[in-house]
Amino acid sequence: MLINCPYCGPRDLSEFSYQGDGNRTRPDPASTDQAEWNAYVYDRTNIAGDHNEIWQHAGGCRAHLRLTRNTLTHKITSVSFARDERHKKPHGHRRSGAHS
Amino acid sequence: MAEYSAFSLLKNALTGNRDWKPAWRKPDPKPSYDVIVVGGGGHGLSTAYYLAKEHGITNVAVLEKGWLGSGNVGRNTTIVRSNYLYPQSIRFYEHSMRLWENLSHDLNYNVMFSQRGILNLAHTPAQFDDYARRGNAMRHGGGDAELLDPDQIARLYPGLDVSASARFPVVGGLLQPKAGTARHDAVAWGYARGADRRGVDIIENCEVTGFLRDGDRITGVTTSRGEIRAAKVAVAVAGSTGHVMKLAGIDKLPIESHLLQAFVSESLKPILPGVITWGGGHLYVSQSDKGGLVFGGDLDGYNSYAQRGNLPLVEEVMSELLAMFPAFARVRLLRSWGGVMDMSMDGSPIITTGPLPGMYLNCGWCYGGFKATPASGWCFAHTIARDEPHEINAPFTLDRFHRGILIDEKGQGSTPKLH
Repeated sequence: MLINCPYCGPRDLSEFSYQGDGNRTRPDPASTDQAEWNAYVYDRTNIAGDHNEIWQHAGGCRAHLRLTRNTLTHKITSVSFARDERHKKPHGHRRSGAHS
Repeated sequence: MAEYSAFSLLKNALTGNRDWKPAWRKPDPKPSYDVIVVGGGGHGLSTAYYLAKEHGITNVAVLEKGWLGSGNVGRNTTIVRSNYLYPQSIRFYEHSMRLWENLSHDLNYNVMFSQRGILNLAHTPAQFDDYARRGNAMRHGGGDAELLDPDQIARLYPGLDVSASARFPVVGGLLQPKAGTARHDAVAWGYARGADRRGVDIIENCEVTGFLRDGDRITGVTTSRGEIRAAKVAVAVAGSTGHVMKLAGIDKLPIESHLLQAFVSESLKPILPGVITWGGGHLYVSQSDKGGLVFGGDLDGYNSYAQRGNLPLVEEVMSELLAMFPAFARVRLLRSWGGVMDMSMDGSPIITTGPLPGMYLNCGWCYGGFKATPASGWCFAHTIARDEPHEINAPFTLDRFHRGILIDEKGQGSTPKLH
């Protein structure tokens, strides 16, 4: 498996470390909603097909990457810097006070 | 008289081996059953067998999408052990061990269960202390365990590098003498034949494509061979759990499917008396009765439903094997393969009623499903027949994750690739 790092170019799988399922959204750190946290920590969509996931180029530029990779064939169809979407995250900054 | 015996062997030899019956029939699916078991692997087949044997429920179909034994029951490294730490795990795997010890006799089918022992090597004093703790827990739970020093280990495994100059010197080991190996295909075939002889229909090449529902209740399945109805639908599909449960509308589970590779070398004269595992990383190796080294290591480490792996892990596994046994450097590899593991969030399985009415779920075997085959089927059959778990599988619920009562043997938390 080769991963085409947007900064370093195509590199071998052994340079990368898998950070996991990219479909999960971390709840607001101030949230005390137990069901929401449980779902974040334990529940997975575990898709057979195109999977949205986070890798780190740990043995290279160390950037975190968002990949679309098919879990049935291992074919990678998109790679981008995870940081580019920071602004899209619903809980990217810490809010004060609990919310439901 | 048993169907397979010394006498029947002799009789059939004298009559030209023309009278053997196939080990199981190839029936067409009936329109309805009392119980449908989805998945014709080890666990599905043993579930059907114990439903018939222990609970008298014989109007059962086992649906298998491929051929029998094409999944993980034919892809593992055949190791049987019960060297666990927590009481819930010890109770379950000790029950499995007792079923293994009588399995060939029970099935009238030689599963070649060989109690040659498993030895876990420790490479640091802390690891050795941890093994002592685990050994004590095993003995406390009714199992067997012995701590060995490097001299005893060197006598058992002459080829093993126990020198002080090794990168990870061996400081001791934990031996479970009752552990061993079994012929994995024979386990599938034996259970299939046992279930078939009791009236269970084993239907191969029959892929479940959806679930029939009456409101919330599951009332059957749609398959590549038509609709089949049943009062109870039991799912035991290991690595395909995520995919199959989505067909029932269950989108999220505490499961990730991961890839595990295994390897077999060319045949050698006997060199490994039992199963031995390396504690500096993660490697387990034994020698098959044909002489091949059978071994494996860690998961590839990313979500996958592909039954094939990548090369970095191959290199890692080979390096670990050579760190243990430098003499194996010139042994040639015969074949390798990959299987899909249903990795749960605490490394322990799930055997439960639900999550929908009329449905039963058996999954989360990580990469330890083979040794659990008898107890898994035994407990799952009880759960299906009585609509409640046996006390042995009662802790292995689906909701334990959200209730905070995990059974996390390795203490890794919800990082399935590390279990």
